[in-house]
Amino acid sequence: MQYTSLKKLRVIISIVFLVLITMVFIDYRNILPEEFARGALYLQFIPSLLKFINLLSVSVVGFIVVLVLTFIFGRVYCSSICPLGVFMDIVSFISRKLKKKKKRFRYKKPHNILRYFLLAVTVIFFTAGSIYFILLLDPYSNFGRIITYFVNPVIILLNNGVADILGNFNVYAIFPVEIQSIRFELWIYPLLFLVLVTWMSFTDGRLFCNTICPVGTLLGLLSRFSLFKIRFDKKNCTLCGRCIQVCKSDCLDFKEQIIDYSRCVECFNCLPVCPSDAIKYTFKKTGDFNTDDTKIKVNNQPNDYDKNKRKFLTLVLSVFAGSAIGSIKQDVQEEYKDSTVPEEKEFPVTPPGSLSIRNFTHNCTACALCVSACPSDVLQPSFKEYGLTGMMQPYMDYHTGYCNFECTRCSEVCPTGAILPVPEAEKVRIQMGIAKFVKENCIVHTEKTDCGACSEHCPTKAVKMVPYEGDLLIPEVTDDICVGCGACEFACPTTPYKAIYINGNSIHEIAKEPEEEKLEKPVDEEEFPF
Amino acid sequence: MKRREFVKKSVSAGFVTGTALAFGSINNLFGKVPLPDSPADLVAVKGGNPGQMFDRGIEALGGIERFVKPNQTVVVKPNIGWDRGPDQAANTNPQLLTRIIEHCLKAGAKEVFVFDHTCDVWTKTYKNSGIEKAVKDAGGKIVPGHTEGYYHEVDIPKGVKLTSAKVHELILESDVFINVPVLKHHSSSRLTISMKNLMGVVWDRRFWHRNDLHQCIADYATYERKPDLNIVDAYNVMMRNGPQGVSVSDVVNMKTQILTTDMVAADAAATKFFGSNPADVLHIRKASEMGVGEMDLEKLSIKRITI
Repeated sequence: MQYTSLKKLRVIISIVFLVLITMVFIDYRNILPEEFARGALYLQFIPSLLKFINLLSVSVVGFIVVLVLTFIFGRVYCSSICPLGVFMDIVSFISRKLKKKKKRFRYKKPHNILRYFLLAVTVIFFTAGSIYFILLLDPYSNFGRIITYFVNPVIILLNNGVADILGNFNVYAIFPVEIQSIRFELWIYPLLFLVLVTWMSFTDGRLFCNTICPVGTLLGLLSRFSLFKIRFDKKNCTLCGRCIQVCKSDCLDFKEQIIDYSRCVECFNCLPVCPSDAIKYTFKKTGDFNTDDTKIKVNNQPNDYDKNKRKFLTLVLSVFAGSAIGSIKQDVQEEYKDSTVPEEKEFPVTPPGSLSIRNFTHNCTACALCVSACPSDVLQPSFKEYGLTGMMQPYMDYHTGYCNFECTRCSEVCPTGAILPVPEAEKVRIQMGIAKFVKENCIVHTEKTDCGACSEHCPTKAVKMVPYEGDLLIPEVTDDICVGCGACEFACPTTPYKAIYINGNSIHEIAKEPEEEKLEKPVDEEEFPF
Repeated sequence: MKRREFVKKSVSAGFVTGTALAFGSINNLFGKVPLPDSPADLVAVKGGNPGQMFDRGIEALGGIERFVKPNQTVVVKPNIGWDRGPDQAANTNPQLLTRIIEHCLKAGAKEVFVFDHTCDVWTKTYKNSGIEKAVKDAGGKIVPGHTEGYYHEVDIPKGVKLTSAKVHELILESDVFINVPVLKHHSSSRLTISMKNLMGVVWDRRFWHRNDLHQCIADYATYERKPDLNIVDAYNVMMRNGPQGVSVSDVVNMKTQILTTDMVAADAAATKFFGSNPADVLHIRKASEMGVGEMDLEKLSIKRITI
């Protein structure tokens, strides 16, 4: 019973990580400092690994810390640091409370073919330059998407309800926030994923972590050689089987007294329940401990679980592919004449600090943290902008917002290095794209009235109003000082097509600084002009 | 979506109270007989800092007590449109707002609200303009204006293009409405002064841009809930690259201020500071033609104060 506190410690650390990471994702008011996000996500394996490869900097070695931890203590990452893992533990916990007949785990064979296949595919694709399977399977990124897509809207809805009530009493400390409407088609994968992990953890504990998760499988390869391990003491064991009843990974074979260390997530559930001190968490082999974990034979026959998992995965992927239908267009009814020339964007716009489309799409796992952190709502998960394999990776959607001139929030929070940190002074000169003016759609041309909303919103006056017919002024773009922030495109009132839009730079450039001319003062300052 | 339904329901309720309040404000207008010792239609002040200019200007206009009665609620509408610092003069001067709020509270105002429907992200513009802090320090209440829920549909019967608009609830509910624009060059409307500043009390601005901007500005100026007082901040003036400005090189330290109850007169006088003719600014001319106010400065009694 000496291990009770060890298990408690595991539970506490798990909850702390889950709460901290969730806070980072639901911080829609940007209250938390950037250091908080950086700290809370420091140990997330995939983001840290990607950032390390990208920067080759010793400042981002979270994944090495995880590897060292795994080598010493086993897969504590899966148990305590991975937010998705902790989420599954909660589901599993609830499942056990709900079921009348106590859920009993029993030893099961690993789904080796599936798990090593998925790990291999992920690694092969990644080394070949595609992040696609990481994007689909990384537990951290999936957790982030679930929070951003499904939890955030609920929290904001609650916030707005409270704000409405308080607003009636002229209390404005809590204010309503626009709910970001993420395209329905993009819900499909995260929703199916959520159903998958919930179902898997509801029925069988950590089955996902030991079958589908490439991080779990990878760490499982290392944890076979961990210094600290859970070990049987043959002398004391009475074969009561209580240990396996609480084993979330189904990796304890108490009859043979074998533990499959590649699947053990170091949850320590088995330790305190053993009545005869026959199971221990120790540094090295002593006495009569049976540590022959290599006995586990690879089972070449796919069992029922394998089949089910495969069916599910096929379903997920097929729905994914089938969802490539046109996006739903929203038509606004207006009395003015609709614009006629469609926007022809050669490239989508990637966020400031992402360097290029290539760099961005090769490093972004679509965790959607930048989407929930962006104060301007301009970063939105993409649908077709980067092609099928880039689905859910965010892009700058200038129909929902524009990039605030001096804001660097996304680059501060991005954990993978897809958006690299940029100082404010540099950010205001990053040219993400260039504005393209379509005179045929412009109000000034079609309605013969003043407009100028684009120029009004332009922070560098790259969009300037120049004389047109009569007293009218019409926009003109100076390419080399345009930063591609999209303020002009967002502000442009024409529908359905904008008269000015940003064509992304596939490689970001540096914009020139706007020239400053000396100002001529028109009136004598000493006298009133009337 | 549920929120929108909730808003719709509350609008009908709000409309009843809004109308009642609007009638209340008409009564206020009738009660506002110009004081015999204050014949000026318009006060122009030059020199000193924004706070000093307001002290002298409001005194010449009959004191704040002429506009704010004890226990009334006041809404102050500055320009907080852009994420720029006070030195760039893209937003109303925070010092001026401090002084206005202090005067209102001294006159017994129950509460002084300040808001704008900003262009850039509102949390950033409120903060970086220095206005949020100035308002809080002076004892006022800074209020958001960034979601549609705050705005309620009203009819603009005299409007030509703009016949209805969704207006911020504080404009509809408050007893006193003080408009505090900053004088700036403007790429769309040529100049932005009192009437253009009211674009920040409505929700859908794209409609204005699509449907003859100048006409819509004039149309909205005909709406019955007009500002009770307009204070044009021309302390620092953005002479070009407006309304946002590129750098401080766009700004001239003009050290002036205009105070009047007449938006058209305010805008006409401020236009002169730019060396322009008020009739050349289309929305000023249209508003004048629609009878909103007096564009011909010759017809007004003007009090000029130099500090």
